[in-house]
Amino acid sequence: MFTVGAPLVDGAVPEGPVTERWERRRFSARLVNPANRRARSVIVVGTGLAGGSAAATLAELGYQVTSLCYQDSPRRAHSIAAQGGINAAKNYAGDGDSVWRLFYDTVKGGDFRSRESNVYRLAELSTRIIDHCVAQGVPFAREYGGLLDTRSFGGAQVSRTFYARGQTGQQLLLGAYQAMARQIDAGRITMLPRTEMLDLVVVEGKARGVVVRDLVSGEVSVLLADAVVLATGGYGNAFFLSTNAKGCNATALWRAHRRGALLANPCYTQIHPTCIPVSGEHQAKLTLMSESLRNDGRVWVPREAGDPREPGNIPEEERDYYLERAYPAFGNLVPRDIASRAAKNVCDAGRGVGPGGLGVYLDFADALRRLGKPAVEAKYGNLFEMYERITGEDPYQRPMRIFPAVHYTMGGLWVDYDLQSTIPGLFVIGEANFSDHGANRLGASALMQGLADGYFVLPTTLGDYLARGPFPEVERDHPDVVATASAVERRLTALLDVKGTRSVDSFHRELGHLLWDHCGMERTESGLRKALEHIPQLRAEFWRSVMVPGTAEGLNPSLEKAGRVADFLELAELMCLDALHREESCGGHFRAESQTGEGEALRDDDRFGYVAAWEFTGTGEPPVLHKETLAFDNVRPSQRNYK
Amino acid sequence: MRFTVRVWRQREENSRGALVDYAVEDVSPDMSLLEVLDQLNERLTSEGEEPVAFDHDCREGICGMCGMMINGVAHGPQRATTACQLHMRHFTDGQTITIEPWRSSAFPVLKDLVVDRSALDHIIEAGGYISAQAGAAPDAHAMPVPKRDADRAFAAAACIGCGACVAACPNGSAMLFTSAKATHLGLLPQGQPQRYTRAENMIAAHDDLGFGGCTNTGECTQVCPKGIPLETIARFNADVLSSALRDHRDED
Repeated sequence: MFTVGAPLVDGAVPEGPVTERWERRRFSARLVNPANRRARSVIVVGTGLAGGSAAATLAELGYQVTSLCYQDSPRRAHSIAAQGGINAAKNYAGDGDSVWRLFYDTVKGGDFRSRESNVYRLAELSTRIIDHCVAQGVPFAREYGGLLDTRSFGGAQVSRTFYARGQTGQQLLLGAYQAMARQIDAGRITMLPRTEMLDLVVVEGKARGVVVRDLVSGEVSVLLADAVVLATGGYGNAFFLSTNAKGCNATALWRAHRRGALLANPCYTQIHPTCIPVSGEHQAKLTLMSESLRNDGRVWVPREAGDPREPGNIPEEERDYYLERAYPAFGNLVPRDIASRAAKNVCDAGRGVGPGGLGVYLDFADALRRLGKPAVEAKYGNLFEMYERITGEDPYQRPMRIFPAVHYTMGGLWVDYDLQSTIPGLFVIGEANFSDHGANRLGASALMQGLADGYFVLPTTLGDYLARGPFPEVERDHPDVVATASAVERRLTALLDVKGTRSVDSFHRELGHLLWDHCGMERTESGLRKALEHIPQLRAEFWRSVMVPGTAEGLNPSLEKAGRVADFLELAELMCLDALHREESCGGHFRAESQTGEGEALRDDDRFGYVAAWEFTGTGEPPVLHKETLAFDNVRPSQRNYK
Repeated sequence: MRFTVRVWRQREENSRGALVDYAVEDVSPDMSLLEVLDQLNERLTSEGEEPVAFDHDCREGICGMCGMMINGVAHGPQRATTACQLHMRHFTDGQTITIEPWRSSAFPVLKDLVVDRSALDHIIEAGGYISAQAGAAPDAHAMPVPKRDADRAFAAAACIGCGACVAACPNGSAMLFTSAKATHLGLLPQGQPQRYTRAENMIAAHDDLGFGGCTNTGECTQVCPKGIPLETIARFNADVLSSALRDHRDED
């Protein structure tokens, strides 16, 4: 099903103690003279926390930036929906936090499948993110003394999460968006909204541009530059139902992968424990409730399977606060993978609540008694409102029902320490790369990574690349440019020409079910083999009988969706293959065949202590597996234990 | 539940549009209005017809991408609710639901319910930011901000830029949007240095882009899904007026 190729060496990581590596890299990075920067051009695809902050900062430095997003405005990137907060090792709470502790927690939280060097740098830069965002006017929550407030989050025992009510992602994104707006006005960013990247232009082995489609006019064109940055988020929408925005897609990643960029750990999907359960077949997407709710909410199910009573009629002694019982040290604040699987287990045992038994209670009755309604409302009011709006139930009166859902993908394009992919000149940042989170992501760490990459890391490492040149001008009629653009046109025509009878959504839904059942929270060898058999059949069926109405000219949402689902149908196969080959359980990825006597995930460091980076060889052809061995010199791998 | 959905269909910016009736059946009260459109679209697609184009993305009421007139009200009948969070349990079985795009000369219709709201971005580009270069900020605790100011700034910052305020305004004014941003930044100490040039530049862009003047009718706050208060407009007007009296030309 695959072959094993040459191992990957962790490129570009500086020597020396982990605490000094970023400083050394910064010093060794070549600089571009300010007067020469305006002659260098960069394309940044995506305008979320990573892409927006990168575009703004590169433009501030003086580079010519072209930024594009599929939405109607860069302010709508899905980072805007992040609720809970952003971590930083400020130790403002005085509770013993430090850069080292944030580094330690993050490596451990990632179940020893992330890179020490990258994670240390992330922890180190975290403090500067807060400083910068405050200077931009991000209205973080404050104490009465005027200083910044913090709270704690899953997987941490210190209070290091900065937040802006339940809308932290929105406020951080608007900060980056406004920084971009300033540069757009100054003429250093050319902003192309409603524009989708459909392929990567590689000339003489280097990334030199992208092929895009103007989603309003339908026009396909080529944008050329000295370097390309992908900041396009994750591929969780492969599952159809997820907490991702409907438009989030994997096309940019998958096209780059097809052009030679390795794709790492595609089977690492974070399943978030606190989402609103599915209400029916018609459902288009799922909504996440911030994990911060677990600070005060208590998770429970009835002790007896199939207990039909209303939650208020179930006495204390007949409830099972299963997280507090099984994990006394962390209680309701265990990491996401642990909380998700625990919820799945109680539901599998028939003790789930709500329609279909796929839900557990998140109960604020104690908090309301202890703190009073105004205090609970001040902290979580908007989340409670959102819950009520969607379910029609009032969480002040009745516990919320929650269930795990696909949320974030830790896999992504492989990058070196400089955030450069295996294609020179192609940089990948934020959720789109694989580098920092390992097999699991702790709460409030995704926003941190997006902004660290965009504001601080990329501007240094990309500058080093741009200083190296030369960058001879690429002619528009260069054979590689022409070939890439016409491949895009052919593909659009092919999608329109199928003229079958099935809607794009029906294929997407079917693929999503396959992935959730066989490549979700619990995987088995036989399930994965079944999925690997079905996916190519579904893909063939798609190209035989999909119906894409309309034409390639003008606004055509069906055509946009069809292209994205066609890519998901290829990516999904690689996700399952990656899951099949990783016979250990790690992070949220539980292989039923690999568990401890107590039913906890059992890692196998000797056999799988590596990053799996896949090379594309053709649709449906066996890919090549390249391994990057992970070294843990500073945090010794241990069985994670949150008891 | 079953409904008649009366939708504005328009092929492209320069073509004529018309309202078209579609019957939808088997609607669950837990569905959102956008999911009803999804269901209708799947049917239209299988019949080889072009589905209804509408803007949407996060479907959590935060990205601001969805927006439509529902029975004549921007985002529909539920107060403080975006179209994506409007659930069918709030409608009556058998009802006719009329869905139209935002109407404003500053927001051209691109297709069906999709309009071009880029004018809102241009208002922000004119000055809706604090000029802070990445990498040089002082420690975040160096400048305390009274909690009251931070909370009020936050309330204004919650604007999602959906454009409902413009769609509801009899003058087609974007003052609630513009003043929300200016208020957010103007209430914080970090926003003071550019406060008056910001007000002046943003209002100039607002007027140039074809938005109408504000006459304080307050329709905007009635439909705002984030409850941005009318007080932000008063605050912004105060800054615009006093900027005329200040010698601040060398601020920028």
